[in-house]
Amino acid sequence: MPNGNKQITSLKLHNGNIIDIFSADTETVLALPYVDNGISAGFPSPALDFVDLSIDLNRHLIKNPSATFYGRVKGDSLKNAGISNGDLLIIDRSLEPTNGKIAVCYIDGEFTAKRIQISKKEILLIPENENYQPIRVTEENNFLIWGIVTHVIKDV
Amino acid sequence: MFALIDCNNFYASCERVFRPDLNGKPVVVLSNNDGCVIARSNEAKAIGIPMGAPAFEYEKFFRQHGVQVFSANFALYGDMSNRVMTILSDYSPEMEIYSIDECFLKLKGFDFFNLQAYGEDMRCKVTKWTGIPISVGIAPTKALAKVANRIAKKYPTETKGTYIIDSEDKRIKALKWLKVEDVWGIGRQHSKRLNAAGVKTAFDFTQLDDDFVKKQMSIVGLRLKLDLQGIPTLDLEEMQIKKNIATTRSFETNYTEYEQLAERISTFASSCAEKLRKQNSCCNSIMVFIHTNGHRKDLQQYSRNIIIKLPYPTNSSIELAKFATQALQKIFKQGYAYKKAGVIVQDFSQADSLQQTLFENRDKRHIPLMQAIDKLNLLFGQQKIRLASQDTKRVWKMKQQKLSPRYTTNLNDIITINL
Repeated sequence: MPNGNKQITSLKLHNGNIIDIFSADTETVLALPYVDNGISAGFPSPALDFVDLSIDLNRHLIKNPSATFYGRVKGDSLKNAGISNGDLLIIDRSLEPTNGKIAVCYIDGEFTAKRIQISKKEILLIPENENYQPIRVTEENNFLIWGIVTHVIKDV
Repeated sequence: MFALIDCNNFYASCERVFRPDLNGKPVVVLSNNDGCVIARSNEAKAIGIPMGAPAFEYEKFFRQHGVQVFSANFALYGDMSNRVMTILSDYSPEMEIYSIDECFLKLKGFDFFNLQAYGEDMRCKVTKWTGIPISVGIAPTKALAKVANRIAKKYPTETKGTYIIDSEDKRIKALKWLKVEDVWGIGRQHSKRLNAAGVKTAFDFTQLDDDFVKKQMSIVGLRLKLDLQGIPTLDLEEMQIKKNIATTRSFETNYTEYEQLAERISTFASSCAEKLRKQNSCCNSIMVFIHTNGHRKDLQQYSRNIIIKLPYPTNSSIELAKFATQALQKIFKQGYAYKKAGVIVQDFSQADSLQQTLFENRDKRHIPLMQAIDKLNLLFGQQKIRLASQDTKRVWKMKQQKLSPRYTTNLNDIITINL
């Protein structure tokens, strides 16, 4: 058993079968809304049938927690893609770097992010700002694709 | 079959995930207080830095060889370990996390799987998702999985990081390759004795007589021998809740006064109490120890410990600090220079299922008080609320001159991306 589910005891039934009793796995926490409108003899709240789980942004923004990291943006070369100075990036390392994705790359000693264009002969890092030129990655560069940007969180 | 998955040079690898410029360069990580080397990258091993090398002795060597030195960043390593283990737990329903960077998976019912491909898939996924390189060893028993892992780690290109012992030939070849002192669970003392008896390799060890092994190394040694012979005797071990909790420290200078020690003991006791509350336990007995510096042969030596049985189970900082201080009074002797002290709490019971006693001296008001303290300390940082018997000005400070940012656990420390 993985952590948590511990076997407590085995019961022997009269027909010879054995039932193993395990304790419940209580390692994870799932927040459920607490609906308490008391017990009354009157008309129950009609809203009771429509109770939802609360909105959890973690579940929507982070598909793969084990592979997700965060980064802070410095600079404006992706401003037309809606990414500006000070923004928080959510980076998923498990995604494949494909053309057109915004990737966090490590190039010559620092992290950067750009739209990537991969062809047989080269990798292009394309900015989203007229003031910047695409970067052509050659064999001389110390380069690796670190992860794929999935979301931007910004203060407004 | 069992798989043993081990992260390669785990602490050094964690640092490199966020500093890719250090790939291919020697990296070492130091123990708490920057004492000695506890992790080395392959490059650091290659230039001859031994495990446990004292940092101050090697300072010049590090500089000369361009070795990147880090203080241990356990917040980072713990988080990265968690990620690796979570990914690996998808590969089998039965898992034993053996240490921060190692786990066993039981591969029962995987007979028709291509295990080589399965292991390579683990390696590929963990490395891509977390940046941590791993090695996979697969074999019919846990001890042999350990051996297989060693081979995978030693020959990463030939094995693609995954090695399987699945035939008698491979088993014998592997055991003849492995020195007996490198066998999992054979310590230095045993290997010295075995070497003297002409046992050089793991294979030699498996050729020994069962009774001889049992006599020399008890049933534990015999189980290991059978496991190495391919007869499964060791199974996955269940996770256990901690049976004792210790807070011990060496002091930066020698303490000679009772008041100095009492303050430390009081602090250690409340730290233990906090850990107890975290796992919802109370303790029934407490051990306090003090000792002088054993390396200073020029000084008078004294070391003592005492265990006291508590009148009732508790996890209150106030009560544990009180009992611990009483214990200290019993063993403290004037006239010695103390270097180390500690508090160990043991004999636990569940906090919510305590027995009522007729003559109970326990103060029930402590329970909500401790909850309030824990909440405040969580909100405002460690040790903001303390007992008056603790030094209120003192801050817990480890020597961590080369600490890397907590990239994954603190929003202020995440990587900067230059656009």
